[in-house]
Amino acid sequence: MNGITLTLRLLHHGEQHLAGELLAVADRHRTEHEVHHVAKDLAGWSREHVERLAGTGRSYGLELGAPPSKPSPALLTMVRERAAQAVGHRPEPGLLLLRDLRELHLDATGNSLHWEMLAQAAQAARDTRLLELASSCHPRTLRQMRWTNTMIKNISPQLLTSL
Amino acid sequence: MDARVDRIARPWGGRTPYARHGQWPTRVDTHLVDGVTADEVERWVQTASVLHSGGDAMDIAVRDGRMVGVRGRAIDRVNRGRLGPKDLFAWQAGASPDRLTRPLIREGGRLVETDWETAMNRVVSRSRELLGERGPGSIGFYTSGQLFLEEYYTLAVLARAGIGTNHLDGNTRLCTSTAAEALKESFGCDGQPGSFDDIDHADVIALFGHNLAETQPVQWMRVLDRLEGADPPRLVCVDPRPTQVARRATVHLAPRIGTNVALLNALLHETIRHERIDHAYIEAHTVGFEELAARVANCTAEWAAAICDVPARLIVQAAEVIGTTGRLLSTVLQGIYQSHQSTAAAVQINNLHLIRGMLGRPGAGVLQMNGQPTAQNTRECGANGDLPGFRNWENDDHVAELAKVWNVEPTTIPHYAPPTHAMQMFRYAEQGSIRMLWISGTNPAVSLPELTRIRSILSQDRLFTVVQDLFPTETAQLADVVLPAAAWGEKTGTFTNADRTVHLSDKAVEPPGEARPDLDIFLDYAARMDFRDKDGGPLLPWHDPESAFEAWKRCSAGRPCDYTGLTYGRLRGGSGIQWPCTEEAPDGTPRLHTDGIGWAHPDECESYGKDLLTGASAGVVEYRSLNPDGKAMIKAAEFLPLHEAPSQEHPFQLTTGRTAYHFHTRTKTGRTPQLNAAAPDVWVEISEADAAARDLEEGDLVEVTSPRGALRGRLRVTDLRRGALFVPFHYGYWDTPAGSGPDGRTPGRAANEATVTDWDPVSKQPLFKTAAAGLTLVEKGGGQPSPAPTTTASEPRPGSRVPATEGGPSARVLQTTATDRASQEGAR
Repeated sequence: MNGITLTLRLLHHGEQHLAGELLAVADRHRTEHEVHHVAKDLAGWSREHVERLAGTGRSYGLELGAPPSKPSPALLTMVRERAAQAVGHRPEPGLLLLRDLRELHLDATGNSLHWEMLAQAAQAARDTRLLELASSCHPRTLRQMRWTNTMIKNISPQLLTSL
Repeated sequence: MDARVDRIARPWGGRTPYARHGQWPTRVDTHLVDGVTADEVERWVQTASVLHSGGDAMDIAVRDGRMVGVRGRAIDRVNRGRLGPKDLFAWQAGASPDRLTRPLIREGGRLVETDWETAMNRVVSRSRELLGERGPGSIGFYTSGQLFLEEYYTLAVLARAGIGTNHLDGNTRLCTSTAAEALKESFGCDGQPGSFDDIDHADVIALFGHNLAETQPVQWMRVLDRLEGADPPRLVCVDPRPTQVARRATVHLAPRIGTNVALLNALLHETIRHERIDHAYIEAHTVGFEELAARVANCTAEWAAAICDVPARLIVQAAEVIGTTGRLLSTVLQGIYQSHQSTAAAVQINNLHLIRGMLGRPGAGVLQMNGQPTAQNTRECGANGDLPGFRNWENDDHVAELAKVWNVEPTTIPHYAPPTHAMQMFRYAEQGSIRMLWISGTNPAVSLPELTRIRSILSQDRLFTVVQDLFPTETAQLADVVLPAAAWGEKTGTFTNADRTVHLSDKAVEPPGEARPDLDIFLDYAARMDFRDKDGGPLLPWHDPESAFEAWKRCSAGRPCDYTGLTYGRLRGGSGIQWPCTEEAPDGTPRLHTDGIGWAHPDECESYGKDLLTGASAGVVEYRSLNPDGKAMIKAAEFLPLHEAPSQEHPFQLTTGRTAYHFHTRTKTGRTPQLNAAAPDVWVEISEADAAARDLEEGDLVEVTSPRGALRGRLRVTDLRRGALFVPFHYGYWDTPAGSGPDGRTPGRAANEATVTDWDPVSKQPLFKTAAAGLTLVEKGGGQPSPAPTTTASEPRPGSRVPATEGGPSARVLQTTATDRASQEGAR
């Protein structure tokens, strides 16, 4: 395994993880409607990245696998959503929401740094296909980071001063 | 020439055709109660309509201290004497016997009458308790789109600098926040670019999700008059319903609901592909064109046709009509604003104009419309999730300037996060961090999505709710304190319509009982709370409408919405005037961006912009690097699939909207005999194909269901697009035995029982157009027709035997038109 395939593997794992986490957060915060809906939209980006990484990986002899067709078992989604609704009238889940957004942000940041590495390696190796992949996916990762940051900025004053 | 016209049967009245570039002829509409003649009217008192965002200027007829009718103001640039059905009749609601006339407080679970002292003391002591125990973030204000400028400004100052809370928004969030946001995204700052006068000059008028005929009927009269004159405009209509606009359009596109971005990207693709663009304008006045061109490069008409379910050739045809004219006027409303990806879509319409250079000239402009009459003022005054005067909450200089105007420390004004939007305020109330909600002039228990949730929030014991209104609305019935307010015509103030025209509205009659103007209520609260500026003086030193207006002028000075050239004196007697109105532009400003882009410079802009898909803030550094010279910003967006797609259980798309005869939650129009009779109850529209497939017909009682709730109504079969159901959002429960919500005997009646809690992440405007819904038959109609009007977008299919909507003798309106040019001039 060389540095490029290692980075592809790490990114594939990271994007798959982020897609799953975004969906889990969407379920867990069913009563936070903006988080719920936008997290699902953003999970779509990560899933697409996973697919593209898997496709590109094949040319490098990697079997990375497609994203799971059912992102989250229906039963688990239901349990998470019910749990969210049960505590929807309480302020404490606000802390959990901030923690989850922070984790998402850090996960996305990890992916962003790996995209950066991949782009750098692609340039050094004069690998235009890899560079194209990184240039087309990395901006969306940055947008995922910016979203989590904006959400934290907007809601933390209320959530942290009202406990 | 005089005529008497049944204006329920003919909502737009008679025609006064005129040629392109000509002046719209005057037609004065007058309606007086039976038995009163014009010479028996003692006084005519100047005002304008507060039942839509058109701002139709009118005079109220007064006799014996009562309103006895209305007459359009011939002198006014907005309507030249014409009035719409709501303008003509709804003034009667003020005299309804069920007006609130005394304050109410909740005692032992029931609302009981009390005096102002007791009611205000209760509000003040709860405010003080909460400020002491939980801080300013525990108090929120949810206001209206129907108060006056002076009232919004007063509320903004008392909330933002008095209480020091970030939680102040208007129900204008539901109707106009995407308009404001789209303007901020494209032009850096709010401010309607175009003018209604552009209708006189346009060669093509493209109406995007805008049922102009029913939302601003007087401006539709203007379009109709042009259609019958020389050199008429061609119309392009994007709407799933067979509206009057659609019926008159050269091209009508009825896309699958929620696919506006795909359709618009295809229109942009066609425009760019055929080089129907103004390179010089793009170069001189915009940034971001290359990104747009790349984004829409693959968005062919065929691609969009598959997503939107409209024929590709119609998309091509629409693009050709829009792309080949030299004078394009586009108007935008709820079909865009309340649908999926609303800001992204509204911005693409701005983009069409930017790449074609269709801005700032007569007939070439954009009207990002508002729904509610005074929505423009909530935006300007900082009562709609913005800081007053279109100031940028992220720009410390703007906050410092505002602090100077108010003579407070900048830290007094919360600006660490964007002003809280309404949907988030209700969420904070739901999870318990907002403990007091003061609702003025609006009825969230009918107008917000997912009503079961809203009622449960408003009914919480821990939430102290103050409701200030004219009537015992569904929301008022859930309140802890109810404050009776004076209505339009019972108080003085100003307000501004969707094309920036400021009108004065004078007091014509006394309010009933102990009802008080909203301004007086807010000022009374501020005095009791003893809000002070940093030198110990009163924070709100004004005491009446005119002094409040003068205070607002100082706040607006030097900002895009500059009112410094206006006075009550200048507004009294003449026509309304469009802001900015200053010493340099004393007669106002018809169009913005006539000479480049006005307020997009990083130091001046109202917003640094957001990600059109996620709503994430861009920040000042990025703004400065992308747009250092303050040009218009062309922002591209990709189409995203719907959040709630139809399923087997919920195969339809529920889309809600309004009818020509009602406003908002019917608090006024439901109490107006002519209007109520024209559309007395809720209905459900369905396409002919869907009705036939389910063996349903006109008048069948059906239930519309969603995962959130259900409502029942009688079916109207129309030329609506297949797969959609339309339900008007006006109907609630105040005129049912249930009172404030459905119960065992009263089934769901409000469209919002079934809508989804989801909003555009950029503008935070809720989605009222896209809920997945099921449909079941409750009982066959047996020949009974649906209560839907036959004169509007709910017109039944040809051949149905539904009796035509008529108003009868009480709906006859005097229509006076000049017979020749000379007498026309004389009439003005």
